[in-house]
Amino acid sequence: MEHQLIYISLAALFGLFMAWGIGANDVANAMATSVGSKALTIKQAILVAAVFEFLGAVLAGGAVTSTIRKGIVDAELLAGTPELLVYGMLAALLAAGTWLLIASRNGWPVSTTHSIVGAIVGFAAVGIGVDAVQWGKVGTIVMSWVVSPVTAGFIAYLIYRSVQRLILSQEDPLAKAKRYVPVYIFLAAFTITLVTILKGLKHVGLDISIRDSYLLAIGVAIGIALLGAFFISKIEPDPKAEKSQHFYTVERVFGVLMVVTACSMAFAHGSNDVANAIGPLAAVIGIATTGEIAAKSELPIWVLMLGGGGIVVGLATFGRHVIATVGKKITQLTPSRGFAAELAAATTIVIASGTGIPISTTHTLVGAVLGVGMARGIEAIDLRVVARILVSWVVTIPAGAFLAIVFFFLFRTFLP
Amino acid sequence: MPAIAVLALRQAIVTQPSGRQCQMANMLANIFGLSPVQPLEEHIEIAFRCAKKLRPLFVAVIANDWDTALEIRADIEALEHEADNVKKEIRLHMPKSLFMPVPREDLLELLLVQDRIANRAKDVSGVIIGRRMHIPDVLAEKFVEFVDRNIDAAKQARKSVRELDELFTAGFRGAEVALVADMIEKLDRIETHTDEQQTVLRTALFQIEKTLDPIDAMFLYEVISLTGEIADMSERVGRRLELLLSQ
Repeated sequence: MEHQLIYISLAALFGLFMAWGIGANDVANAMATSVGSKALTIKQAILVAAVFEFLGAVLAGGAVTSTIRKGIVDAELLAGTPELLVYGMLAALLAAGTWLLIASRNGWPVSTTHSIVGAIVGFAAVGIGVDAVQWGKVGTIVMSWVVSPVTAGFIAYLIYRSVQRLILSQEDPLAKAKRYVPVYIFLAAFTITLVTILKGLKHVGLDISIRDSYLLAIGVAIGIALLGAFFISKIEPDPKAEKSQHFYTVERVFGVLMVVTACSMAFAHGSNDVANAIGPLAAVIGIATTGEIAAKSELPIWVLMLGGGGIVVGLATFGRHVIATVGKKITQLTPSRGFAAELAAATTIVIASGTGIPISTTHTLVGAVLGVGMARGIEAIDLRVVARILVSWVVTIPAGAFLAIVFFFLFRTFLP
Repeated sequence: MPAIAVLALRQAIVTQPSGRQCQMANMLANIFGLSPVQPLEEHIEIAFRCAKKLRPLFVAVIANDWDTALEIRADIEALEHEADNVKKEIRLHMPKSLFMPVPREDLLELLLVQDRIANRAKDVSGVIIGRRMHIPDVLAEKFVEFVDRNIDAAKQARKSVRELDELFTAGFRGAEVALVADMIEKLDRIETHTDEQQTVLRTALFQIEKTLDPIDAMFLYEVISLTGEIADMSERVGRRLELLLSQ
């Protein structure tokens, strides 16, 4: 294909900008609780996030990236004019990035996933034709945007209720915490590892049998749980701090668990959100290099690594400021509550990533927090913000679509 | 160069175009409303400190040290004013759109009775200073004991309210609830004791009232009554907490 260098460069530029933005803004949601509750220092949080976001993107990001790349737009219709898909994907990336910038400037809570999906559907439906969109798939995706926060909320509710019953409402919560928290660590590590192995590793070329997957997950989880139990045994009660806050030491025990769930959250986030930046880029690369819409072509792993790298750079440059700021504001999410929300969210997200569905990681986490709130675990939730989030749902998709259409026609007119 | 670019971008993204306060776009951060728990605990602390000042006030009055008494009265007024400010702040930041594990009205009612402890302390100090009251010698010792016991009630109320954040953590269930229920029971016992002391005091005053100026005697009864209300208000704080526990 002619001018493939221009297209690929533009796509890489826009895609990396998106990845950088995701790293700068979104990753804070995964790590802020750990920093705010002092389970991790900022430096440790950045390191943990960098490692696990990258791992999540590379090891488990393939399915969602494939969906963004070729699951929404019906590639067959564009066989004769492949450059339209290139213009469209470039337009979608630019539109999503622009919308996120506008929203950040105005303090509106918007989702990167909603933006990019709305943008792709927009340019495809209007720029090419209504038939160009695979409405069945889009319908599934939109439904999952409702299902994922609700599911995460439900799971978080159950987890936190169990914590209340088993530990927090007991006579000697510290002893109960030391006994049960390693079990929670095991469950967290087991779930994330299992889902990743079962669903996510295909794109990396690993093929493991179901039985071996379970065994491997159990093994990894036991190892992590033992490590956690070791750190927990080192925690001694602080009588002075206990006087003013009975649950001080209990929360420190949960702090160890929080480190595990923070890793899980970073991994899950990387696995689902890398696609928002890299999916369109992969589509452009695929068409530009082969000159045709190759629906069967493999997703090269270096594309995932590029996305993961962009996220890490965004996290390291801008993200630390956002993590610190958010961490100060969410002090109500103590480790005992934060872990429940993060574990529920991470599990939901990783399952979605495994099934190739792009969901909003932030909405899922918010849903999980609301689930903990339902279990009477949060002191004060501002329902006006929930309403604002719902409004942003309705507004983001048409906004992203509109911007994508505008950019699409601009590119079609001015690009070679 | 890259650092400057990052800083400029950060400024652009995080601040508002207008001069308004920095508004974060972050969904997670903004979903948490201002928790009333910490301010409520702060408020009862101030109310208790206000009531506590009554002991040195009575001691100064009995010793006829009016300079000290006036200073203490000024302290009490300042503390009551501070309590009012905290109360206003709490009410300001509890909109109906705030979702909490316990009803908003219950927390506001608790705040109201907490505030009454400080108000009563101020009232008592006002009457004593305003009348340049003389406490008869036969009553002095019993009076100070009575004041101390009322302050104990206020202290127990403070102790109970300070368990609020633990109650929230435990989801108003289990061992913590039993702990606070015990505290409230003890508060009831202290209040009952002050009732007994009040009866003894009034009887003692009745025995000597003919020897006193009639208006002074009336105001002495008034002060006994007002002081007793500190324990009453403290007990009401316990009642309000019990309501929260029974959710």
